[in-house]
Amino acid sequence: MDENNRIEDIRSVLKTVDDPELPSVSVYDLGMVYEIRVVAEDVHIKMVPTFLGCPALDFIQMNVKQAVEKIDWVGSCFVQFTMERQWSTDAITDKGKLELRKHGIAPPPEKYRPGDEWTVNCPYCESDYTSMENVFGPTACRSILYCSACRNPFEAMKPVVEQ
Amino acid sequence: MNSIVESPEQAKQDDNYLNALKELLLQLADDDFITSFRGSEWLGLAPHIEEDVAYSSITQNTMGHAAMFYDLLEELGEGDANSIAHDRNAEQRRNGTYLEKRNGEGVYFEEPYYDWALTVVRSFFYETFKKIKMEAISGSSYKPLANVAKKVLMEQPYHLAHWKLWVSQLQASSEEAKQRMKERVLQAWDEFEDVLELGLHGSDMVKYQLITCDEEQLKAIWLERVSETLLDVPSNSLGKKYGNGRNGEHTDDLKKALSTLAEVYNRDKTAVW
Repeated sequence: MDENNRIEDIRSVLKTVDDPELPSVSVYDLGMVYEIRVVAEDVHIKMVPTFLGCPALDFIQMNVKQAVEKIDWVGSCFVQFTMERQWSTDAITDKGKLELRKHGIAPPPEKYRPGDEWTVNCPYCESDYTSMENVFGPTACRSILYCSACRNPFEAMKPVVEQ
Repeated sequence: MNSIVESPEQAKQDDNYLNALKELLLQLADDDFITSFRGSEWLGLAPHIEEDVAYSSITQNTMGHAAMFYDLLEELGEGDANSIAHDRNAEQRRNGTYLEKRNGEGVYFEEPYYDWALTVVRSFFYETFKKIKMEAISGSSYKPLANVAKKVLMEQPYHLAHWKLWVSQLQASSEEAKQRMKERVLQAWDEFEDVLELGLHGSDMVKYQLITCDEEQLKAIWLERVSETLLDVPSNSLGKKYGNGRNGEHTDDLKKALSTLAEVYNRDKTAVW
């Protein structure tokens, strides 16, 4: 198998490793995978953390390692978090945004710049008749909102972008 | 020494550079660490349920920032991050003294009578300062530190905005709220100054461009930014009533906090979590 195929192999596995706090949203679709390197049969993966205070990082590291090592040609997988690049919510893929919505979490706004107004549509009914209940939510990356149209509470991913 | 230092190995080649860098990292780590500890003592006690969610989220993330700075120290050979956080006495700590001040007269396990005005003023003053220091460090000559600062700057606006809102709201609230805020601001004015300072190695930090602002600039920018939100800015100059935490001077409040927060750690230092 050539190198490109091997990397593709790993990518498809990474698309199945979910964020433990966001079931159904993979670490790949969250934009956390920064670099994949294959050295002989070993795999070196560099990832970027979403929020620095996220307690799920250790689990993610472990889950990625275990999943990749299940590929038959892989010897060992080494997972490292790096700060060489800063994660931003712009890194979330379209698939990731779709999965977030299914999970009742509105995806972050597109092309958000610091200071922009942040409008959030309800992930259930699409209405923009929503209000912010708490900028802070059950995890560092989420806020709590309420939809006055369909009368559902929901969550939204905070925009995190370079200042 | 090159203008940009890419790795811990490279930083270790110059003792003066390394010492200044370690001191700076200790300030950053210890500030966030004690701030998160004081925040964690409010868990379940905040004025209302939404605030409890918000404040604990901020506190958890701030502890994450402290952990990043302790990790950078670990990479520089200072030992394991967990023991740097837990296993140093008060004299070895570099946090500003105002940040270690206990939350109020009460005691957590007995009668946690804490003061919300103190917490609002302190958090607002600290987060305003932290943003300025992070901005000055995002251009640091030590690349791994500059990278962390850039990341912190993307998360921290939510923290600062939260406390700024509390200050504005309470300043426009009841007479009691206004009065209590005013008293805590006046008190902070006599105690906050060492937070804004860089300590004995400050001139080296500036010389090696570990930070791109000196103490005087940090103070001036901070004063300008808090003045945008405060209705009454005290006219007297800032003081450091409890000494200079950047040089290891600390109060009994810190000693008590350390013995509490390291209690479990000290019971079995080799335990694996």
